[in-house]
Amino acid sequence: MTAGAVAQASPATWDWDIAQRMMPELLRGLSVTLQATLVGITVAMVLGLVLAMARRSSLPVVRWPVVGFIEFVRSTPLLVQLFFLFFVLPDLGVRLSGFTAGVLGLGLHYATYTSEAYRSGIENVEKGQWEAAVACNLSTRTTWGSVVLPQAIPTVIPALGNYLVAMLKDAPLLSTIAVLELLAVARQLNSQLFRPLEAFSLAALLFLAVSIPAAILVRYLEKRYGYSRE
Amino acid sequence: MATRENEPTSDGESAGGRPSPERPMVRFDSVTKAFGDNVVLDGLDFEVAAGEKLVIIGPSGSGKTTILRVLMTLERPDSGMIEVGGEHLYHEERGGKLVKASEKHVRRVRGKISMVFQHFFLFPHKTVLENITLGPVKALGVPKDEARERACKLLELVGMEGKHDQYPASLSGGQKQRVAIARALAMQPKVMLFDEVTSALDPELVGEVLGVLRDLALNTDMTMLLVTHEMGFAKEIGDRVVMFDNGRVVEEGPPRQMFSQPREARTRSFLDAVLDHE
Amino acid sequence: MLSTGQLQQLFSGAWITIQVTAYSAVIGTLIALVGGVASLSGSRLLRWFTRVYVEIFRGVSAIILLFWVYFTLPQLFGIFLTPLQAGMLALGTNMGAYGSEIARGAIQAIPKGQTEAAIAINLSPFHRLRHVVLPQAVVLMLPPFGNLLIEVMKASALVSLIDLSDLTERAQNLRTLRAATSLEIFTAVLVLYFLISASITLGVRALERRFGRGLDVGGGLGGAVK
Repeated sequence: MTAGAVAQASPATWDWDIAQRMMPELLRGLSVTLQATLVGITVAMVLGLVLAMARRSSLPVVRWPVVGFIEFVRSTPLLVQLFFLFFVLPDLGVRLSGFTAGVLGLGLHYATYTSEAYRSGIENVEKGQWEAAVACNLSTRTTWGSVVLPQAIPTVIPALGNYLVAMLKDAPLLSTIAVLELLAVARQLNSQLFRPLEAFSLAALLFLAVSIPAAILVRYLEKRYGYSRE
Repeated sequence: MATRENEPTSDGESAGGRPSPERPMVRFDSVTKAFGDNVVLDGLDFEVAAGEKLVIIGPSGSGKTTILRVLMTLERPDSGMIEVGGEHLYHEERGGKLVKASEKHVRRVRGKISMVFQHFFLFPHKTVLENITLGPVKALGVPKDEARERACKLLELVGMEGKHDQYPASLSGGQKQRVAIARALAMQPKVMLFDEVTSALDPELVGEVLGVLRDLALNTDMTMLLVTHEMGFAKEIGDRVVMFDNGRVVEEGPPRQMFSQPREARTRSFLDAVLDHE
Repeated sequence: MLSTGQLQQLFSGAWITIQVTAYSAVIGTLIALVGGVASLSGSRLLRWFTRVYVEIFRGVSAIILLFWVYFTLPQLFGIFLTPLQAGMLALGTNMGAYGSEIARGAIQAIPKGQTEAAIAINLSPFHRLRHVVLPQAVVLMLPPFGNLLIEVMKASALVSLIDLSDLTERAQNLRTLRAATSLEIFTAVLVLYFLISASITLGVRALERRFGRGLDVGGGLGGAVK
């Protein structure tokens, strides 16, 4: 019917033996996915805070480039950014391993999201708190560190939780830059055994087994602690 | 076949339910409605004759609005029966038995009623004219041109000509309520329900809405049920006043008697409190 | 510098990106509207089904969904999917899951009085939805849908992995051919993505104005309640 180049596909049935053989390697892949997510979210949390604070700078030379950076990174695909870090940087003399480029890409991309969450958290701190800090003659560093951030950060935690779950869903993109995580393992197994059904279905199921409980947990925490939404 | 032998003309239902003069336009038969532990209608029985203007008064939270809401099918009664124009609203006869009515039946009988709300509830995304023509076009199947023409006449009737293409957001409260009245009238209902239609208005805008209501009450043969706190107005246009409290009718009678010499102490204290305020 | 021919290749890739995004958005929006309404329906079965759909298609990563659709659907059912079909199916169902939640929230945010007024003029349940509730809910949905659309546009880069010649695939292709320096190629590609994204933002703003007639957009539905 269609003039496709792919060979005539025929319905396949599930093969438990093959599935069982695939499981150990897929689980190892999943653990790499989880590690990348955890390192990535850490980068995003730290960098996002830096961006949010820089965005409040009184110097336009600091503020505007930061705003531009956030808008640009948010508006372009993570996949292309990963390619940039992994394929383009070496041409400029910076060579990163797949995993390093990957967590850096995840962290940078999501920092632009977390910075927005921090921003609304910081904006929700009463103006009077800043004024009181001035009245106490606190330094900028102490004002941020002891007055503003301790009040702002707790309100941001649910949003960070949501970004953690979102990042988990983007972590399989690292398979495209030579990181042997879940999806990369599934692709490898598929090309070795020619069993896409088991390889990709198991990958999807393993993924859901982590991501759905994580999403439910975050929603529960959000309700339980009743933080204000951004 | 009819379960109610005291109603020999039950075949009138299939004939579109034109009420005979002696038959009430609206009839509540031991209607009960509770929200949790709070019983708002406690086995309510009452009738409204065709063309009658019935004013319902009572303290807030007494359930008087719920009477209108179950009649409009915005709330379902827990038990009891309601008839409109000789037809059951929530029940229909099937195989000689009275059973829970289908959606279709409810919708057909509901077509005899329309309602004006305290907070107007105009459709904010539609112009004044579209607010009025929506029901006739979509629910009654009136051609668009005809619906428009009729809407224009109704807007004239409520003193809102020349505002056809405005959106509700640009109208004052009194104007919104007059459009809402026109919207309800456009459905050509036999029964109109008015739920505290002036309570949400600034005091200086109450008069224009009451003026429209007065015209309607005096010049049409529509059956009207009004829940209101405007006692002077109630006296002027009401055929009958019902005092409602704790889910029951406390007392009823012609306005003159109700307002000057109420029999029940409960009515007296309520009227004292309200009239003091005015 | 990139030659005219190379730029032309990138532009035709951008056109594929726009197409994939548009088709996916159409599928996603339809699913979102149906899903949003179904998740509030009176039927428990329908509500349950929507819930499961949303959890699964939101829970699974878009890229895994894409590979699953492209490689296993043909095996499971013996049907052949072109990369474009697989791409729009995966991205569309994924967007639909997120969109359902947005649509549900927007419908729930419409004041109850609007439905009551629609009952008072005896509109059928369908007409109540079509003429009263949805037109108002759509205004509330537009800003989050605009963000979702940008996410879909970004996710469309994934189709480069199943051999669709979109903007990302063209970039990788030019890079391996060493047609220009990789920095030039990727800078151009990122800028093109940024421009598409900015156009979506502007387009959604225009739609907000268009659909917001009569409503105090931004100020909530001030006209509805006193």
